[in-house]
Amino acid sequence: MAHSARPIRAPFRIIRRRVALLVAFCALAIGAAAQAQSPKPVVAKRTASGKPDISGIWQAMSAASFNIEDHAATFGPVAALGAQGAVPPGFGVVKGQIPYLPAALSQRDENYKNRLTADPEVKCYRPGVPRATYMPQPFQILQTDGDILIAYQYANALRTVFMKDRGEAPIDSWMGWSNGHWEGDVLVVDVTGQIGQSWLDRAGNFATASLHVVERYIPQGSDHLWYEATLEDPAVFSRPWTISLPLYRHVEPNPQLLEFKCEEFAEELLYGHLAKKPEGANAPPAR
Amino acid sequence: MRRQLVDARRRPGPMKLRGDAPLARVCAAVILTALALGATAAEKPFKAPRTSDGQPDLQGYWTNNTVVPLQRPAAYADRAQLTEAEARERLDKALEPSETEAGTDADVHYQLTDYGLDITQRKMNLDTRTAAIVDPPDGKLPAPLPTAAAKAKERADYTRAHQYDSAQTLNLSVRCIVWPHQGPPIMPTGYNSNLEIYQSPGYVTIITEMMPDARIVPLDGRPHLPGGVKQWLGDSRGHWDGNTLVIETTNYTGRTQVPGTPAGLLLTPDARVTEYLERTGADTLHYRFTVEDKNLWDRSWTAEYPLVRIDGMRFEYACQEGNYGLANTLSGARVKEREAAAQGTTPRDPVPPPRR
Repeated sequence: MAHSARPIRAPFRIIRRRVALLVAFCALAIGAAAQAQSPKPVVAKRTASGKPDISGIWQAMSAASFNIEDHAATFGPVAALGAQGAVPPGFGVVKGQIPYLPAALSQRDENYKNRLTADPEVKCYRPGVPRATYMPQPFQILQTDGDILIAYQYANALRTVFMKDRGEAPIDSWMGWSNGHWEGDVLVVDVTGQIGQSWLDRAGNFATASLHVVERYIPQGSDHLWYEATLEDPAVFSRPWTISLPLYRHVEPNPQLLEFKCEEFAEELLYGHLAKKPEGANAPPAR
Repeated sequence: MRRQLVDARRRPGPMKLRGDAPLARVCAAVILTALALGATAAEKPFKAPRTSDGQPDLQGYWTNNTVVPLQRPAAYADRAQLTEAEARERLDKALEPSETEAGTDADVHYQLTDYGLDITQRKMNLDTRTAAIVDPPDGKLPAPLPTAAAKAKERADYTRAHQYDSAQTLNLSVRCIVWPHQGPPIMPTGYNSNLEIYQSPGYVTIITEMMPDARIVPLDGRPHLPGGVKQWLGDSRGHWDGNTLVIETTNYTGRTQVPGTPAGLLLTPDARVTEYLERTGADTLHYRFTVEDKNLWDRSWTAEYPLVRIDGMRFEYACQEGNYGLANTLSGARVKEREAAAQGTTPRDPVPPPRR
């Protein structure tokens, strides 16, 4: 330590050390704050290689599919469906409000007005991430020591979580490009490359193709997973924000995803106006 | 993806060349390599590696591309095998560029070769067989029962006359509901004959790239779904018989068909399809299936073909999301009707049926 011979350096060393201590303290404080929000992993079962076994059929029990923000029960968009079509109330899965930029907030409100035709769910489009997670239908995690597959019952949507980083998406897609890794006992999935037309719920909340999602699957014993997703999209949000909700395992005997191939349910809506009209349907009314 | 590209590929000009000769040569080389691999595999039995939970490992991306027809052509009525020279000739012929006729659907369709969708752009197993069907031994589908044949004809006639009436009268693949080659049984198709097999403890999952429905097959011996639950891809249950994965599928909707069977002959909810998958080499799998449907045939029939490993990945085939073709097809049919009405005629066939 040649420098230690020069006394003038000593005060700087002390300052540096103090700054370093302060930084370390802040980092710890931030970390503690983050941990206060995220539950600690509790692992009931592990795979052959020792990772938490999160395979199984899971489902959210939440009104998030209707609106990820806090909301009271309200009218649905189709009066003909009566109370069956009403929106059930729900606690938000986002704390506070989504930090939209002003123009994006207007777009969200516009989306809400047009939700009956503009919501991709109405058209049976793949839901994207994170919406796929809290659709009111189950999904299945299939797990090996290599890649992880997540199959969703809604629209038979599917994605592979690559457990060796594959870098950037070769092309945008509806379910995005997922690179995963384990942080201790938490599966962290980095999702980019989404096509930018997916919504986040039936209330018109949305993001764009620049959306970057970081998901965290936190085991909570044998039958629960805690799900968190941080959404960052400078095109529409002023800062990153996080959704957080529990997922529940299907514990009935022989659970199985069933087909919900919804394309035909959307056909009348999408193409009904192009169908051949019955003989005389287009004739002018008789006088 | 397929339909999203349609508009981008519209090209002027009376004729287009299909295929690409240098490419065909590259493909032929690839295919011969595949043939050599297959021959080696046939000589000594292959010991499949095991997954971490002890299943024979079938994982990876595979293609079932082939030029072997399902049924034996009349020209080879008495022969199950071609000579190697004949097989090469058949293959070369399949790879030859062909021209389309001006003004036909095929002529205005985008060029498959430009998008890696053409059958010649993927590895292919050359096998010398004259038909994929191995039972009945004549390589032909059994004749359908008379009542089934009559019903099939009625359906086919109705479809021919009314397919362009509405989305609901068009075929299932145009509607992005299910593609016939998804099966089960999984069949080769004109392009994108690609599939992925993924094995996790207790399950084998099979995903055809087009469409990417995950067929998650439980291996735990659980019973089939109750009869009230019918599914487009049926309900599959698997088990290992030595090194062979056996998958039995039931609970069909009664609305799907095995490609290559007579038009309108839909599998009934009583159908049962049994598939057998076995690893035969580092880069080859053998696929065999038996179809039984007492309402269609008085006997079962069996076909088989090899699968060859391909480089991944599998891309997301988002059919519904890009289905501009369906709306365009219907609006085209309505235009034809209006034109015919203006001329005081009835369009007998508003749009010529697509060749599939």
